[in-house]
Amino acid sequence: MSVAGADAPKILIADDEAPARSRLRDLLVDCAETFPLVVVDEARNGREALAIVNREKIDIVLLDIRMPEMDGMEAARHIAMMDPPPAIIFTTAFDSYAIKAFEVNAIDYLLKPIRLERLLAALNKTRGGAPVSRQALAAAANQPRRHLSVHERGKIHLVPVAEILYLRAELKYVTVRTVEREFLVEESLTSLEEEFAASFVRIHRNCLVARAAISGFERNAEESESGWAVVIKGTDEKLPVSRRQQAVVKQFR
Amino acid sequence: MEDVASINQTGAGIRLPNFCNLGVMSRSLLVANLFVIAAAFARSPTPDGALREFQVMAAFCEPMLIVSLVALCASRRLLHSIGYAASLAAIAIFEVLVACLMFFAVRQLLPDQGSLPLVNLVILTLFVTACLLVYFDLRARALSPAIAEARIQALQARIRPHFLYNSINAVISLIRSEPRRAERALEDMADLFRVLMADNRTLTPISNEVELVRQYLAIESIRLGDRLKVSWRTEGMPADALVPPLVLQPLVENAVYHGIEPAPDGGEIAIEIGLVNGQLHMTLTNPLPLESRATVGNKMAQANIRERLQLHFDAEAAVKYEAIDGTYRVSIRMPYLTAAA
Repeated sequence: MSVAGADAPKILIADDEAPARSRLRDLLVDCAETFPLVVVDEARNGREALAIVNREKIDIVLLDIRMPEMDGMEAARHIAMMDPPPAIIFTTAFDSYAIKAFEVNAIDYLLKPIRLERLLAALNKTRGGAPVSRQALAAAANQPRRHLSVHERGKIHLVPVAEILYLRAELKYVTVRTVEREFLVEESLTSLEEEFAASFVRIHRNCLVARAAISGFERNAEESESGWAVVIKGTDEKLPVSRRQQAVVKQFR
Repeated sequence: MEDVASINQTGAGIRLPNFCNLGVMSRSLLVANLFVIAAAFARSPTPDGALREFQVMAAFCEPMLIVSLVALCASRRLLHSIGYAASLAAIAIFEVLVACLMFFAVRQLLPDQGSLPLVNLVILTLFVTACLLVYFDLRARALSPAIAEARIQALQARIRPHFLYNSINAVISLIRSEPRRAERALEDMADLFRVLMADNRTLTPISNEVELVRQYLAIESIRLGDRLKVSWRTEGMPADALVPPLVLQPLVENAVYHGIEPAPDGGEIAIEIGLVNGQLHMTLTNPLPLESRATVGNKMAQANIRERLQLHFDAEAAVKYEAIDGTYRVSIRMPYLTAAA
């Protein structure tokens, strides 16, 4: 497409609307005259974008916010955890909430219809500029993620939040337990508790349980300081309830 | 400025109710009697006692009310000519006079009946009169045609910025590759915005509204491609039926925004228009993807259309919104009006 060296940034376009993707492609071709680049691929939603990022080396993602399946905000939060993360440039036609959040958290975005000069400026900024921080993205998001992501050997694995039974803090990681297996994520239990307050409940200093995964409570005087343990659906595991979180038992009984 | 002046003038002219109107009369009687009942209970807490009190007071009040209403009906031209403030004073003085007259008349005719002291009677009379006048004033303001028109203007469907910028972006994308399609799309947009920005207070033939929706959907299908499928059932539609402008388009826009865009594979919007029992029925159905079920949708368009239908047709029109399983359905029923009728 363009005569670019091997070190030219590799770009991924993510937008659910075909005309919006082709418009960005046209603009990027125009940019390539002064800013060598390669458009590697196009994605129609956040999930496709993650699959492509897993498969190929991408340097810059142009990410639409409002997309079906997985929106740009959530995709960005998974991508930002990669090491090293690609640069993310959000695009949006109109989203008053997101725009305000981006301004507050100093996240770069482009308004559609996008001008060539603005796109060039944003591309130039990705050179040497610090990538968008996970904290800024988390602060800008207005709804909880629908997946947690596990990063193994540069690949992103998604764990649907709806399948998680409980989250337990270990030394540096949080263990994510689903019916099939366990994963480790590098996040703090406190921020997870805040984000998923609607679907998870704290039963112990180091443990959040999905409300939907609680099948009942059992008397358990030996291991639990409150004398109660949570019985988890789909497993034979029982998690101790701490004395401080004892009120949870009443809430569910 | 001219608009404001005309609203004020019309407003001033109708501040006094037309006391010859049956509705005004019955409202006055109802409100006044409610006050009498309240006063009766205030004087005697037991139902029996209150009933006796009511009979005593009614002997004063009912003749008074009837005399007052007849007099106000007869003198309404005179009242209009002296202005609102002077009318209020005249009515107050007149009511006090009638109250005093009744007080002495009843004492002459039924000397053995216990009665309210004259001062209480005068105060009660003035209070009820003031309440009624304030009520009629508020009612006139709320229902004044000028203000209703201004409200219809204000309620006119607004342009959703999401649609505006995405469409412009889609048209720009067509200019290099398919210039002719871009031209067509801009023409559709121009037509759509002409209606959005027009004076939409008068009813329009439904065929115009349907054409507008088709143009809107043509623009959206550039953006959404195969994801947007539409099925029309308009065989039974009377093309001459008059409807409020933009009664359908904002609902279709909602359907696209909440029903089609959040679904990866899109979906179908079904639009059905026809006559049922001599009434015009419109039904709009769209899928409701999981993503948009949780979010509280934009209820503005819905409330807007409901209020506009109410202003145009009062109780003769109705809108119903229902979410059943994975689909969302809006049904509108309104009288079948034509320009000839």
